Formats: sequence, C-alpha cells, structure tokens
Amino acid sequence: MEQTNSQLKNQDTKSHEWDTRLHHATKATHEDWIGRGISYFCIGIIILVVASMLWFITSKGIATFTQNHVSLWKFLSGTNWAPDQGQIGALPMILGSFAVTFAAAIVATPFALGTAIFMTEISPNRGRKFLQPVIELLVGIPSVVYGFIGLAVIVPFMRHVVGGSGFGIISATFVLFVMVLPTITSMTVDSLRAVPRFYKEASLALGATRWQTVSRVILRSATSGILTAIIFGMARAFGEALAVQMVIGNAAIMPKNLISPASTLTSQLTTGIGDTIDGTLPNNALWSLALILLLMSLFFNALVRFIAKRGQLKHER
Amino acid sequence: MLKQYSFEETAVQTFDDKTSLAMRTEDMQVFYGSNHAMFDANLAFPKNQITALIGASGSGKSTYLRSLNRMNDGIATVTGKIWYHGVNINEPGVNIYEIRRHIGMVFQRPNPFAKSIRENIVYALRANGVKKKAELEERIEQSLKGAALWDEVKDSLDKSALSLSGGQQQRLCIARSIAMAPDVLLLDEPCSALDPISTVKVEETLLELQKKYSIIIVTHNMQQASRISSQCAFFHLGHIMEYAPTGTMFSNPQIPVTQDYIAGSFG
Repeated sequence: MEQTNSQLKNQDTKSHEWDTRLHHATKATHEDWIGRGISYFCIGIIILVVASMLWFITSKGIATFTQNHVSLWKFLSGTNWAPDQGQIGALPMILGSFAVTFAAAIVATPFALGTAIFMTEISPNRGRKFLQPVIELLVGIPSVVYGFIGLAVIVPFMRHVVGGSGFGIISATFVLFVMVLPTITSMTVDSLRAVPRFYKEASLALGATRWQTVSRVILRSATSGILTAIIFGMARAFGEALAVQMVIGNAAIMPKNLISPASTLTSQLTTGIGDTIDGTLPNNALWSLALILLLMSLFFNALVRFIAKRGQLKHER
Repeated sequence: MLKQYSFEETAVQTFDDKTSLAMRTEDMQVFYGSNHAMFDANLAFPKNQITALIGASGSGKSTYLRSLNRMNDGIATVTGKIWYHGVNINEPGVNIYEIRRHIGMVFQRPNPFAKSIRENIVYALRANGVKKKAELEERIEQSLKGAALWDEVKDSLDKSALSLSGGQQQRLCIARSIAMAPDVLLLDEPCSALDPISTVKVEETLLELQKKYSIIIVTHNMQQASRISSQCAFFHLGHIMEYAPTGTMFSNPQIPVTQDYIAGSFG
C-alpha cells in the first residue's frame, strides 16, 4: 500500500511540458478577450450616450426654474403660454398631449383587440398571410405621411362635417388612431399567441363555446400582455410630433372642445424650437417641455415593467 | 427493427344486444392532411365500465380518443360514424358544445386555469348555464367529492389552482369535468405526468367514478390498464388489433402482435 501511494506521488510530479500546455493562452482565449472587449466597449458608449442625454435634458429643462426663477407650480398649472413675455404656463400642452394620447388609445384598443382575435383565433391562416404584412406595413409608414394624409383628408373632412377650421384634438386623435393601431394590434397578437394551447383545449373540452373560450380564458390570461400593448401604443402617441403638429392647429391655448385648435408638448417643441435663442427663457421653457416628455416616457417604461412583473406573479405557482 | 404484423389478423370483441353501451364507433378513419392515422376503428364501450386503450407511442390511441368528443375538429379529418344515444355525432349540424358537455375530457398534462380552485369549477358550470349561487356551491362540493379532492381543498377553495400538487391538479381537472354531469369521461394518459402516490389516488378515484360514468382511458402503462380497466383495446400503428376483457387480454392474448406487446418485445 505504502509503496503504491508513493508511486502515485511520483506520477503527480509536475511535468514542465504539461504545465506550459495547460497554462498558455491559445487562439480561443484571445478570441474570448477580444469579443468581451468589443461588447464592453459598445455597452460603454451606449451608457455614456444615454447618461449624457439624460443629464443634458435635465440640466437644460430645470434651467427655467433655477435660472429664470419660474415656479414649478406656475409652469405646470399656468394656462398662458407666451414665453416672449415671460408667461410659461404649460398646462394647455400637457392637457393636449394627454387628451390625444388617451383618446387615440381608447378608440384604437377595441379595433386592435378585434383584429388580433381575428388573426389568432378566428382565421389564423389568413391572419398570418394577409393581415400580418398589412400591419407591418402600417408600422413602417413614416409619420410625415400620416400627417400629410391627415392634413389632406381628415382636416377638410372635419371642417366640412363639424365646421370650424378642422384642426384640433379630434383630427389629431384620428391620425394617432391609425398610427397606434398597428402597434397595439401586433403586440396583442403576440400575447394572444403566447397563451398556452392547453388553456384553450381545457376550455373547449368543458363544452365552452369559442366565444366563451376567447373572452374568459384567452383574453383573461393575456391581460398583462394586452395592457403592455396599449401602453406602448400610448407611449407612441404621446411622443409623436410631426403628424400631430400637422393636424392639431398648434394654438398654445387651453383646449375648449375637441374641434378647436390646440397643441401638444411635442407639437409645441417642434413649432417653437427654431425661433428661440439658446440660454433665454423661451428656449429654456421648451427644454422644460422636453423634460416632461422624458419623464413621461420613463413613466410608461416603468408601468410596462410593473405590469410584466405582476403578470409573471400570476402565472407562478 | 420493428417486426411486421398483418393488419388482417385482428381479434376485436363485439357485444350482444343485452349489453348497454355508452358509445361506439363504426368504420372511423382519421386523417391528418393526407396522412391516414386511424384505420377502420370499430369499438363499442359498455356503460359504467372502464375501458383502457393501450399501445405504443404513435399507435393512434390518443387520436382515436380525441375524435370521440370532436376535439379533433379543425385539427384532423374524421370520417365514419360515432354513435352516442343512437345519434351519429360525427355529422355536420351536431352541436359540438353539447357533445362535449356530455362527453368530458381530461388531458395528459394537468391543465387547470390560472384561477382559484372554485373558479376552475365555476367556469365549467357557467359555460353550461348554471348561474344560481346555491346550485353552484352545491355542485362544486359534489364534484370535488367525486374526484376525491374535497377533503384536501375544502378550506382553501379560493387559493390558486396552480398552488396544488400535480396529482391534485389532475383531480381538479377531473372534478371540473364531472361538474357538468357528463355520462362519458375520456382520459388521455391522465397519470403520465404524476408520481406514483398521486397516480394511486387518481386510479382510486376512477374506480369509484365508474359507478356513475362510463370511462375511456388512454394509458401508456399496461400495469395501470390491468389495475383499473374492465375492457382493454390494443392499438398498433393506427389499427385496432385486439379488444377483449382486460383479464383475458393480459392472460391470454389472441394474436402475435398483442402477445409480443404484452411480453414487452416492443413499445
């Protein structure tokens, strides 16, 4: 026994050849280093860009309050927007933005749900073959085209039907409806397709009709995905500038009704940004509008994450 | 290499007029697209008995079972006749929802909805038009008792069904099916995802349930078939090769393919 052990020890003596072979770096190790280096570099750049954008917008956006000493409350609740005269009440734009966003989401959601149910449950083949490409096409159309159609078709139509100039919240809602519809639809389709097949089978085997199955099982278990889709649609509507600017009328006044000219945070930004001088109150006030937009998109993002988390909890055991 | 067996040599029992039948199929064929998956299926199922469908994977036993309550609609083409209470239910114009209310089904993988235990059963009852609260409560209790789950869950009916163990989930699925008071219960390998202890529970439940329901169960497990079934049908490559009382089938199989399968030569 003793002898065997000492023999084994002899075998454990370091061989110089194997020592170098097992320690030296090969081509594979170098590739690892390079690959890791490249991706760290890219991530670093992106983090830098995002962080500096956040810092830039925030520092510019709060200049209104720190340098020009406008009170935050006045900014948020004031109804008079005349930066040249030192009046910067942003409430009309905030209201305008929320009005068109919610209106577009409310109008678009039923249509998106109907289309998505058709594409997944009623006619999956035709849905995949025809509707899917149509929806992808709608997503890809540049917003200026939507705005142009709105300007050429919807605004004259509204002018004809309800009178007035035709510019206003309702025209913007129509344009945004068409723009967010594909977003909400395609994300709803994804979440409906993700509902486990066995839920549907279980329901049908219990004698439930197709409609009962869709409304009580499939839609129910896709709820968090559908809510996420709606919020993404709202985020798109909230952030859309060009198309809205072309049809809303761009009057920075409190919207009295749905058919009088109004403005949103984005439309006011694009309208005003060329006319101001860097560092003056009118310019700073626009940055403050941008800051609100940034905070809202952060809020939408947080909401999506929150809903996704709750949806997950529901399906956990 | 799988041995070739003649599909001509079969031993399928039939029943005389005195046996009351739950349902039967006549020359049923199933096609998945152009793929012929089930050939000339002629089987009759006696009332208030457990009939086991056995066979290797891909032998067509699940395909056959799913055709019985028209769950293959939209997935496969089923021709031939399925007789139930003297009606051919494989005809256009037959209300498939009504069929499934009378011929319930439990699947291989326990598939309760992500709702509470109570809601799972209420869903089935509401789909069948039961709305009164008192009746709902009564039938929840009845069906959970029928599936031998009541004692384990009576204090936690509002807990999520997904918090139950696999065996409890499967018995909940059985409860959900019998809540509709069907007369036939189809089970597609209900124990294959369960541990042995849960399997015993489900088997005991089924033996109890056959007093009230006619049960057709697909199983991969020959021992299970011999433990619980009265009749047993052996499927091979889409053909029904032998159908006999379970005792006879396992002690004295009539044809070579059944003998080999039961001896464990393939499958």
